Amino acid sequence: MATAPEMMIDAQVAGSPATMSSVALPADWRDFIALAKPRVMSLVVFTGLAGMLAAPQAINPLIGFVAVLCIALGAGASGALNQWWEADIDARMRRTANRPLPAGRMTRDAALAFGVSVGTGSVLLMGLAVNYLSAAILALSILFYVFVYTIWLKPRTPQNIVIGGAAGAFPPLIGWAAATGHVAPLPLLLFALVFLWTPPHFWSLALFVKSDYAAAGIPMLPVVSGQKETRRQILLYTLPMVAAAIAPWPMGLVGAIYGVATSILTAIFLALAITVSRSQEKEQARMKVERRLFAFSVFYLFAVFGALVADRLILA
Amino acid sequence: MTPEEQRRYQQRQRSRSIATGLVLAALVILFFAITIAKRS
Repeated sequence: MATAPEMMIDAQVAGSPATMSSVALPADWRDFIALAKPRVMSLVVFTGLAGMLAAPQAINPLIGFVAVLCIALGAGASGALNQWWEADIDARMRRTANRPLPAGRMTRDAALAFGVSVGTGSVLLMGLAVNYLSAAILALSILFYVFVYTIWLKPRTPQNIVIGGAAGAFPPLIGWAAATGHVAPLPLLLFALVFLWTPPHFWSLALFVKSDYAAAGIPMLPVVSGQKETRRQILLYTLPMVAAAIAPWPMGLVGAIYGVATSILTAIFLALAITVSRSQEKEQARMKVERRLFAFSVFYLFAVFGALVADRLILA
Repeated sequence: MTPEEQRRYQQRQRSRSIATGLVLAALVILFFAITIAKRS
């Protein structure tokens, strides 16, 4: 455990405005929860659970609960390690400046220890209680998010969010592997769906929200390549996403409930993406269709995975 | 450290200890339940 002077130095490294008296306080347990990014966790838990319920084999409810818990803990560990690495960047952005590390409420050592122990614990628990394949994919997703996305690509390329999308696409694959012990075409298509959904989802938000990523030295697409190119890329990623979303139906991997629901939802998504790609709007406050695409993209992912589960439960 | 700072420090340590204890208790129950589920 770090001593008070070490904590002071850590906080100063993180660019903390904290005073000695506030730094000397041990981090509150709520700050550890904030470190795990619980809002991101909820989407990951949902897609992981949907992947598990969509699998043809039933899983013991308790073991299924443990698998979902491990997915959530793995996502939390990834979030913690991301904040540990990016503490100095977070300190330079208004949106993230109040996170536990840049605000000086926690030391970097504590965040690193929390992230490593929770991540290792989640993989071990998954391996021992569920199966080794799901544990291996969970470990891969954590390592991918931390090393490939956070450390390597995020500060180097405006396509960073595309790569980051891969890390968020693993949970349905893990859920499926937890239930069946193997990987099949359907979870791979679900992986592709979430992977290809991420760029239009994130970039539609990036168009209408003023961010200070540029000031923090992170190359985000609207800043590096401009609005026109961002709009074009939104459509470019939506087209293969449409294919990945609908493909399970003609391939006979799902039933009509998923097929009909996803076809309608995907058609709306595509129509919004086309409208965004054609829009000439420069004023962020007037970007209504971009807001609509972002809001719909969140609903879309929940609805598609919900339709998948309903399809399995009703038609099985 | 002033008495007020010391009081806040001890309060924070206490809440962390309670949270750690609750997590450990939950893990004990979870491992026991997994053992039962795996045996059946």
